[in-house]
Amino acid sequence: MLLKIDDVRKSYPGGRPVLQGVTLNLDRGQTLALTGESGSGKSTLLNLVGALDGFDGGEITLDGTALSGLDDPGRAALRRESMALVFQQFNLIPSLTVAQNLAFHARLANRLDAEWVDHLATRLGLSELLARYPETLSGGQQQRVAIGRAMATRPKLLLADEPTGNLDETASATVLDLMLSLIAETKAALLLVTHSQDIAGRLDHHAHLSGGRVA
Amino acid sequence: MTRVVLLALLSHWRAHRLQLATLLIGIALATGLWSAVQAINAEARASYQRANDQLLLGRFDTLRNPSGTIPIEQYATLRRAGWQVAAVLEGSVRIGENRFRLLGVDMVAYPALPAVTQVEEGTAPPDPADMLTAPGRLLTTPAVADRLQNQPSLPPVLISDALPPGLILTDIGVAETLLDRQGQISHLVVLPQQPKGLPALPEITPDLDRIPAADQLDTAQLTDSFHLNLSAFGLLSFAVGLFIVHGTVGLAFAQRRAMIRTLRALGVSMRRLVWTILAELTLLALIGGVLGLLLGFFIAGALLPDVAATLRGLYGAPVSGQISLQPQWALAGLAMALGGTLLASGHALYRLAHLPLLSGAGVQAWRSAASGRRVIAMAGVAAIALGIGAQLAIGGLIAGFILVAGLLTGSALLLPFLLSILLRGFGARANGPVAQWVWSDMRAQLPGLSLALMALLLALAANIGVSTMVSSFRLTFTGWLDQRLASELYLTAADDAQGQEITQWLAPQVDMILPIRNTEIAHESGPLFLYGVLDHPTYRENWPLIATSDGAWDQVMQGRAVLINEQLARRQNLWPGDELALTSATTLPIAAVYSDYGNPTGQAIVAMPLLDMIAPGVETRQFGIRIPPERASALAQELRDRFDLPSGAVVQQAAIKAQSLAVFDKTFVVTSALNVLTLGVAGFAILTSLLTLWTQRLPQIAPVWALGLTRNRLAWLEVLRSILLAALTAVLALPLGLALAWALLAVINVEAFGWRLPMYLFPVDWAYLLALTILAAFVAGGLPALRLLRLPPADLLRVFANER
Repeated sequence: MLLKIDDVRKSYPGGRPVLQGVTLNLDRGQTLALTGESGSGKSTLLNLVGALDGFDGGEITLDGTALSGLDDPGRAALRRESMALVFQQFNLIPSLTVAQNLAFHARLANRLDAEWVDHLATRLGLSELLARYPETLSGGQQQRVAIGRAMATRPKLLLADEPTGNLDETASATVLDLMLSLIAETKAALLLVTHSQDIAGRLDHHAHLSGGRVA
Repeated sequence: MTRVVLLALLSHWRAHRLQLATLLIGIALATGLWSAVQAINAEARASYQRANDQLLLGRFDTLRNPSGTIPIEQYATLRRAGWQVAAVLEGSVRIGENRFRLLGVDMVAYPALPAVTQVEEGTAPPDPADMLTAPGRLLTTPAVADRLQNQPSLPPVLISDALPPGLILTDIGVAETLLDRQGQISHLVVLPQQPKGLPALPEITPDLDRIPAADQLDTAQLTDSFHLNLSAFGLLSFAVGLFIVHGTVGLAFAQRRAMIRTLRALGVSMRRLVWTILAELTLLALIGGVLGLLLGFFIAGALLPDVAATLRGLYGAPVSGQISLQPQWALAGLAMALGGTLLASGHALYRLAHLPLLSGAGVQAWRSAASGRRVIAMAGVAAIALGIGAQLAIGGLIAGFILVAGLLTGSALLLPFLLSILLRGFGARANGPVAQWVWSDMRAQLPGLSLALMALLLALAANIGVSTMVSSFRLTFTGWLDQRLASELYLTAADDAQGQEITQWLAPQVDMILPIRNTEIAHESGPLFLYGVLDHPTYRENWPLIATSDGAWDQVMQGRAVLINEQLARRQNLWPGDELALTSATTLPIAAVYSDYGNPTGQAIVAMPLLDMIAPGVETRQFGIRIPPERASALAQELRDRFDLPSGAVVQQAAIKAQSLAVFDKTFVVTSALNVLTLGVAGFAILTSLLTLWTQRLPQIAPVWALGLTRNRLAWLEVLRSILLAALTAVLALPLGLALAWALLAVINVEAFGWRLPMYLFPVDWAYLLALTILAAFVAGGLPALRLLRLPPADLLRVFANER
């Protein structure tokens, strides 16, 4: 199993529980949609899996590595080398060009495959935009760059937090299509947080969070 | 409604206390350093004014003899013709170990001097006849009176606080005796009340020039350039402080855009908002201004004694070493704080006033500022061109300052453009993704940091420029001391008789005894000290000549020419080949000009027989003694023991050099202090910019953290960025600093002090300054980095969760 989430608990500072024993599994090539109402803990769970935040109890194992045993450099290495993230706000690096953004994560992980990045740029319709800076792009274009940056590392696991939340309907559909086709092409696993039942319906599996638990 | 709006606006500062502190500190630093310099200048000028008022003499026309002193017969002729004139004899007199300025006035002709009136109106008034008949009376300040105690040969001393510091006032008859200048008059004061029907002055005394009061070169005029120098430093510090204010206010306005949009949406007019913000800024400016005044008062109090010492040393200007709080100074300081704050906030306020109701929040993107950067760079080139043009077209001290201002302002405006080019170049050559990101991110940070970096550039350039000038001066001065102080021992006898006794004893056992004899003569340029020298290789081989003619020393020693110092040469534009009138009967060609640093007065050298002819009976109390250096110490002690001389009467060359260098160093204490303070303010400007930009940094840093860089590494990269930007600025500051040094040495120094110095380079000092800059940048970058290191991941995650 690529990702094992076992009885994970997390409380906010002040003691308010947000996750109260979540258990989920995800294997290579599988896609899982995580839905739930606002404040149900979806993004928090995604952040825990992404080694961006620590949890209070339980365990998360990624490709055999238990996250609870990792220190800060270990977590950073895991983020760099084993997974990739796509955010609702795109979070590109504004001072770098599209081409530099696309290659950035792969170069950090020291596994840049220039041909693969070129291929991604073509697939994502970014070939004409490579010299431009993020702020000159539309939201849909920026999110395609973010997906390209994530997939350039050929990650084992892609984490996406409302990747189409800031896009219109057409751009949303385009971005989702591209992401799912690239996931299929690379055999990566996808854990995607969404409010949309339509988007959730297009993924292999679907988990609904409510009151800090999988309903 | 206004109150509600004001409270809403002020709530921003409650949530951003560090920003508020930064703003107030910025205003306080700007006002403080400026006010300190103004207080020092005001105090010094008040001292000059007091001196003029107390003597009243500077307010009246004077009669001077361009060829020297005025014979007493001419004075008598004028008085007999009905002219109300008063004779004045000025000079410097050694009493014990101290030297004082002595002013003898004919008190029969002009008894109404304020100090005399004050003494006569006191509780124990002296008999007026005592002032005029032997032994006479000396009037002086309490401080000088203390130093005149235990001098039985002096007339009784009367104390008056209505006199400038360091001056002794007496009747001209007493002054003649003390100065040993019988029958001489330095100049005549034309009193204001004159009878009608007097014969014209040129008819009675055709060889005397009448100099109107307005044309007299007084202390205030002499020291104008020094005060202008200080003011320039104060203005630089003020500008650096305003950079902090500008940066902080700009960020605060940007952060409050959302609030202002909401207030406008709720029905508050933009006019009311602008007025409310102006009221808020005024309140902050006044609070910062008061803090600045307190700071300035303490800085001025700390620096004034050294400034007073400098002014006394350079110009002989009487300045008391104590600062007093003056209301007009405080009001001017507050006005500067308010004006400066509004000036620094003007741009941000203008942009706010023109903010469309529905415009988005956020800060200006870096590349959209690129075109603005080019416009600013062109303005910088224009400022530099203006400065150079002014120097070439006009020349003089004011043009020198325009040159310096143009160089500094223009280079500061050019800085963001140059840094951007450099960063782009480094970024293009970077290999790794992190290096590429660091360089590009530094470029992105430039708009937010450019003001602080400009402040750093100015402070560093001023530091390099001024320290190059001072160090060049010091090096030249040291070399000059080696030349001028060629004798191994310097001896001062109690009187002529003892001098003769000592030289007779010394003659068989030393290589040479060189008498140091001088007399003060009146010259149209002011007091002129005439020295006589013997023909000896000590002078021919060592004297530091900066302009000379063929066989200069031969001409001088044959009594056919004179040497003059650089100050007299530049002041009167006299160079080898020109002529100098020493007396009405003696006019000689100038054979050479010698450097004479630190001397405020004109000086000339003639052969010893000629001095004796011009001023017979000049005392022979001081001598230079040439002996093998290894014998100097033992001989000095033997002289003291054998002739019962005080230790200060026999001084070794090394001791005089050390003392001279100590005086030199003291002269530049103020400059060094202002240098360090300005650099400190610039360092603080970087720190505050980095801290205030902190909230904008997270969206840049968080994605990189999410992609796998640890906070530890990111924190170090933050420090590295701060250091790299400061170091690049320092590198760019070097040529600017050297240009500034050249302007100071070749233009301003010549105009202000009357001497030109060679320029030397001090790479070790630059390395030290670079290290200091890097340290400041490390500290400035270290605090935000520490915050990043301690930042909980939850705070970084908010970047991904919320629209910022």
